[in-house]
Amino acid sequence: MTTTNLGMPTRVRLTPAPPEGALIDSPPFPQAAIRELGKDTQRANLRHATHTIRTKRQRVVAELDHWQDLRSAGEAVKNRVARHLDTWLVQLEENLTRAGSTVHWARDAEEANRIIIDLIRATGSDEVVKVKSMATQEIDLNEALEGAGIAAWETDLAELIVQLGHDRPSHILVPAIHRNRTEVRDIFLEEMGRYGTPPPEGLDDDPGRLANAARTHLRDKFLRARVAVSGANFAVAETGSLVVVESEGNGRMCLTLPQTLISVVGIEKVVPTFADLEVFLQLLPRSSTAERMNPYTTIWTGPTPGDGTQDVHVVLVDNGRTRALADPSGRAALRCIRCSACLNICPVFEKVGGHAYGSVYPGPIGAILNPQLRGVESAVDRSLPFASTLCGACDDVCPVKIPISDILVQQRHRIVEAKKAEAGRKPHLESVLMKGGGWLMGDARRLALMQRAANVFGLVGGRAIGHIGNWPVPGLSRWLRARNVPMPPTASFRAQFDKTSDKTRGGQR
Amino acid sequence: MSTARDEILGRIRTALRDVTETDPARDVPVAWQYGRATDIADVLGLFVERVEDYRAVVERVPVADVPEAVVRHLRDTGATTVVLPVGIEAAWRAAVEASGLEVLSDEPALSHDELNRVDAVVTAAAVGIAETGTFVLDHRPDQGRRALTLVPDRHVCVVRADQVVTDVPEAVGRLAASVAEGLPLTWVSGPSATSDIELNRVEGVHGPRTLHVLVAV
Amino acid sequence: MAGPTVALFATCVNDTMFPGTPDAVRRLLERLGCTVVFPRQQTCCGQMFTNTGYFDEAVPSVRTFVEAFDTFDYVVGPSGSCVGAVRHQHPMLARHAGDAGLERAVGELTPRVYDLSEFIVDVLGTVDVGAWFPHPVTYHPTCHSLRVAKVGDRPLRLLRAVEGIELRELPDAEQCCGFGGTFSLKNPDVSIAMATDKADHVVSTGAEFVVAGDNACLLNIGGVLGRRGDRARTIHLADVLVSTREQPTTASATTAGRAR
Repeated sequence: MTTTNLGMPTRVRLTPAPPEGALIDSPPFPQAAIRELGKDTQRANLRHATHTIRTKRQRVVAELDHWQDLRSAGEAVKNRVARHLDTWLVQLEENLTRAGSTVHWARDAEEANRIIIDLIRATGSDEVVKVKSMATQEIDLNEALEGAGIAAWETDLAELIVQLGHDRPSHILVPAIHRNRTEVRDIFLEEMGRYGTPPPEGLDDDPGRLANAARTHLRDKFLRARVAVSGANFAVAETGSLVVVESEGNGRMCLTLPQTLISVVGIEKVVPTFADLEVFLQLLPRSSTAERMNPYTTIWTGPTPGDGTQDVHVVLVDNGRTRALADPSGRAALRCIRCSACLNICPVFEKVGGHAYGSVYPGPIGAILNPQLRGVESAVDRSLPFASTLCGACDDVCPVKIPISDILVQQRHRIVEAKKAEAGRKPHLESVLMKGGGWLMGDARRLALMQRAANVFGLVGGRAIGHIGNWPVPGLSRWLRARNVPMPPTASFRAQFDKTSDKTRGGQR
Repeated sequence: MSTARDEILGRIRTALRDVTETDPARDVPVAWQYGRATDIADVLGLFVERVEDYRAVVERVPVADVPEAVVRHLRDTGATTVVLPVGIEAAWRAAVEASGLEVLSDEPALSHDELNRVDAVVTAAAVGIAETGTFVLDHRPDQGRRALTLVPDRHVCVVRADQVVTDVPEAVGRLAASVAEGLPLTWVSGPSATSDIELNRVEGVHGPRTLHVLVAV
Repeated sequence: MAGPTVALFATCVNDTMFPGTPDAVRRLLERLGCTVVFPRQQTCCGQMFTNTGYFDEAVPSVRTFVEAFDTFDYVVGPSGSCVGAVRHQHPMLARHAGDAGLERAVGELTPRVYDLSEFIVDVLGTVDVGAWFPHPVTYHPTCHSLRVAKVGDRPLRLLRAVEGIELRELPDAEQCCGFGGTFSLKNPDVSIAMATDKADHVVSTGAEFVVAGDNACLLNIGGVLGRRGDRARTIHLADVLVSTREQPTTASATTAGRAR
């Protein structure tokens, strides 16, 4: 066991301590990106992993002639969900209850955590096994449980690597994507034995043997656990069924062996009918792990006598989702099925990894989802929509056709408006420049004047040197420190056109 | 004070003020034909190929030879103890019991620890899916409760030819009745695997690491 | 042979920084029988403002665009990004302005706005423009040409028909060069890391030129190539297509090639 000293009475932690501080207080993206860009091993790991998965995804997607139809269907079903969310939730609650599950509602993270802690305490257990779940990451459940004296054991291999490594997830699907096999081996050797069955002597960095070390370490926890916490990929309103899509079987262990199961489900996870799963169970595996089908999917409809968990709870969580829903252009982000295809294709994510985004939701989807779920008060949320070149690669791979680039632009607008509203307190240089630029482009004669100034600069400067090099120009040094810029020409095109063109050819409309 | 439920539903209704059409189907049409079969020439052939792609062992076996094949495959996995679901085909049970392997019954239910000491399990299945190389268990008595096909490290599963459909939509159609009965479903596509280290798939984590699928034709 | 009259949408970046490119478009289209006019009211597509979140500030650009071009059947620009912004963002901006008249005008105009490669292939109906460019080149598709304007393989078809050209495949061609407009200033470190990758890929082909349909992307890639002193230079598609035996485009003639 490790201890943390916070200047208060030292208390023994039950589980490995994550890095200190709240994600919402993370530095803005550009600063965090510089920090992450400096990690050479991580950059190599990310490059290797993202390129591997991109190629595989393209191959399995190309197998289906009707892939675009499937995407359209996924988009439409999820739009149908969002635009009538109250209807489906009421129906879901009714059918969950009918099937024997107990439904709880949580307005925010704090309420969700309180409900879950109370449910666990009622069982008398002081530990839970966890299926990888973004919703529980979002509400920071593990630390809430730690504070309540309950140990939360992550059982997904990548989550285990992250937890034992005193680290944070950096990817939605593969939270330890920033780690390579050697780092995983080192973490296991260092930490595993402190929290349960140690790794075998002489463990090497073969991924198969690392996976087996995790199997052995977790087996005892699975067999003894009385309570499991999961998320859900889908919740079927029509039948009251929950769906967990996974690979390793840790999900099945958690959903099957303990007595009590608590599933934390974002309210947007509902789908109307069981038949709708035929769309998503085709879209999700091919988009996420780039497989025709993931190894295991469990669908349960309340408790089954004599089979699996018998005390079944579902916590439906808002935590900002209704805020996102209120924006008619932004609500498309709620279609997200957490596949990670947008992360894997993103050239920015490939460079910086997930830790630069200050959220459990990194990458392109995080850049649009976080400001909608959390608001635009924090420095990090204000920076995220700008963490993209708007290259649009994510738009093309999203299985539910979320127009990520368009929403990024809309969120930028929202942040700019928020800053403008605060302008009385602190003047904002960018908005002054943009206003001036807008004025300039409002009339060609103004643009021509500005061009003449550039031409004079080009005329004078161009005699001495053909380009602008690493000059200490305030602001522009961001560009110039690695990139030359050509000298402006001695005449703009509009100035040249008059000279080179036959006047009868037009242009003087 | 309003409950969380009422407040969340209230927030949703406020957020959706711009949505005026009350009928979800009319508001958002879904241009998708559900439950359709995919055009596949050799459904069984594709099923075999795709299950093999996951590095499971697959064999086509005439129905009459299934009992013998089950025993042969159990031996191939190196198992010495095997648990059989209570409702498994009598002929398969008889063959396994006659084979000299130690057979455990799950009636009364084995404890987690007892199950953890069993080498293998033999089950039937509910549906097979050719396109994705998947079989689905709905955990009727010939398949047993979920833990049986999870905790032991070797799984021999017998899928009947008439259970194999083309693709996911047909499978979802066939499984609707099981869900309506409240049965849990487990979709299995190959042995347990992970891609969590460097996004390379390696077989074998918590579920059965050895998977044999017999297609009874 | 009287070809169509084309209104040349130079784009503000080309007009100001790379006048050789719109001039190449003019000469090329005239060679192909078109009458080319340059409506002087034009300024900018406004995406610099839009994509930084300044919608109000972008609206004047939408208005000047409509005023400049609304009487023409064919508006052609040498930039997938600017053409894409006109077609994809102007309707949204007009709605944002709350100006129904502008929205209607934008709706009528945008289908008549073409990227150069689209206009040649789809309207003029040719891929062989009679060009001669005896150099090894590699083609960078640029994100907005590919995914916003959706020009597809038209530029490649045009390049393949160029006499003497040697086309070399660019590794990870569809990956962004890291420019992203104000992204390159707001996130310079990531931008430079991405541009460096792109420059490395260009160099790995051994090509003399990297060709693209957007000078803004070439400014970014060329900036790195120039700073590092790499041999490869940037060149706009129009500068390749306009090149003939009689009047060949040379490296020094390309404005984007001057960043060294």
